[in-house]
Amino acid sequence: MRRDLPAIAFLLLLAMAPFIGFGEGHQLTLLARSMIFGIGAVSLALLVGGAGLASLGHAAMLGFGAYAVVVLDDAGITSMAIVLPVAMLAAAGFALLTGVIAIRTSGVHFIMITLAFGQMAYFTAASLSAYGGDDGYTLYGRTEVFGTRLLENRLAFHYVCLGALTFTWGLCRLLLASRFGRVLRAARENELRVQAVGFSPYPYRLVAYVIAGALGGLAGVLLANSAEFIAPSYLSWQRSGELLFMVILGGLGGLHGAMIGALVFMGLEEWLPHLLGEHWRLVFGPLLILSVLFLRGGLVGLPASLRGIGRG
Amino acid sequence: MAEPLLELRDLQKSFGGLRVTDGVSLDVVPGEIHAVIGPNGAGKTTLINEITGRLLLDAGRVIFGGEDVTHLSMAARARRGLARSFQITSILPGFSVLENAALAVQARHGSSFRFCRPVAGEAALNGPALAALEAVGLGTRAALPAGSLSHGEKRQLELAIALATEPRLLLLDEPLAGAGPEETTRLIEILLRLKQQYAILLIEHDMQAVFALADRVSVLVYGRLIATGTVAEIRADAAVRAAYLGEDELA
Ligand SMILES: Nc1ncnc2c1ncn2[C@@H]1O[C@H](COP(=O)(O)OP(=O)(O)O)[C@@H](O)[C@H]1O
Ligand SMILES: [Mg+2]
Repeated sequence: MRRDLPAIAFLLLLAMAPFIGFGEGHQLTLLARSMIFGIGAVSLALLVGGAGLASLGHAAMLGFGAYAVVVLDDAGITSMAIVLPVAMLAAAGFALLTGVIAIRTSGVHFIMITLAFGQMAYFTAASLSAYGGDDGYTLYGRTEVFGTRLLENRLAFHYVCLGALTFTWGLCRLLLASRFGRVLRAARENELRVQAVGFSPYPYRLVAYVIAGALGGLAGVLLANSAEFIAPSYLSWQRSGELLFMVILGGLGGLHGAMIGALVFMGLEEWLPHLLGEHWRLVFGPLLILSVLFLRGGLVGLPASLRGIGRG
Repeated sequence: MAEPLLELRDLQKSFGGLRVTDGVSLDVVPGEIHAVIGPNGAGKTTLINEITGRLLLDAGRVIFGGEDVTHLSMAARARRGLARSFQITSILPGFSVLENAALAVQARHGSSFRFCRPVAGEAALNGPALAALEAVGLGTRAALPAGSLSHGEKRQLELAIALATEPRLLLLDEPLAGAGPEETTRLIEILLRLKQQYAILLIEHDMQAVFALADRVSVLVYGRLIATGTVAEIRADAAVRAAYLGEDELA
């Protein structure tokens, strides 16, 4: 379909990236992290753009996935066949338990309650002294895939992350186009209308919240493997804020916005220090503010806005 | 008379000190249009909100199709066949006109916990949705964004969405509100056609329309029903004249 072209083009570019000048170690590392946060951002975009639920606690879902890797690693379990389902179920379970309460609220209250649950997860992680507490936990080996150390290979890891990102985007895309997604989208636009024709939005929103949680868990597994180190700071509300920012920076006009937003955000965070030295944050902050002010449709809305300016 | 489809028994509701619904009892029988008229602020919209479950009652019962629905949610009542239109248009402006109606069809056709198949092409939903649009004369507008419709067309879409839920009773809150003379004529024609098929509780300000459409009329003033009767009886009722109807409207 035509509206999927930007997303497919973006994913193809990522597939070619190692061969068109982004094949060096640190570049691949950066791309992998961008794709991992891209998974987090796309799953969050399902909530924000699809269901109208602006969660400020989404990093906790990634944290659950990452800490599942840690806990299983500590217990000597490193097989992806076990780690991945456990991680996704753990994140989905956390999403279910907190979503049951959070989804009853809306607007600012929803933001505050997801923030509170996220911080709860953060403080819990910080208190897990068996897993390093505040200092975090170092993984001495990446999760094994079918008994192999496939993920240790940078290029292989690149394509694993790309596969996971493609899966996440495809799944969310499918969900939003389905009956289920139509109820979600309609309830975001006009909840009263949806109730008046006979839908109670709550169970639909809760299911979306749980699915987004599970996908956050997927991102968490990859994040732990990418960094080979996990600390509670991955669950902090600043991380949730960054995810939300990636979604809004990219634009809510389509799920690919979140992928692009994640890449641009990670790229800026990487390159600004090189360009500007230690005071790079003095530029980064205002840049973020300006992008929110002037990029109403986000980066993906940019072509349309430029055309608008051209006409005006 | 036939068994009533909708029965309101002694409804009571206050907002703080304001009694907006004060002992209202009325019924709607299958096949009739029962109009509720009354001045602004009489509590007509509030009454519809109580019937549909958007507002909770302080006391009284709502019986629909023989079932006590007083404590059911708005969505549950809608699924039983209570459909409403809103006085202030309430549509999905970002959805196409067809999708607005198809969402309503979807509420009555199978589970919506279906995650894979693209819904936009589901003929089982689009067919009845298009039929509902055609019933109100919006068939040719199906593909447009609902937000781009004219005011009168949005009023028609309100009706189509209600029809698409396959209702047993239509609760119409001033369907002619804000429509121009031409649109009014068209909407009245539509309502006359709908009358063949549905029982309707009609709230309306336009007296000509009410007298043309209604089988029975109830008059609501300050939350109280002061009279119920046929059009002729209401026109002749002295209390109604004094409380509400201007002499010119009766002429
Ligand atoms: N949610 C509310 N809270 C307080 N007062 C309300 C509320 N809704 C309506 N009212 C008041 O109740 C009265 C009846 O309103 P309404 O049912 O909208 O009247 P009508 O539809 O007959 O014009 C009005 O005085 C209105 O101001
Ligand atoms: Mg009203």
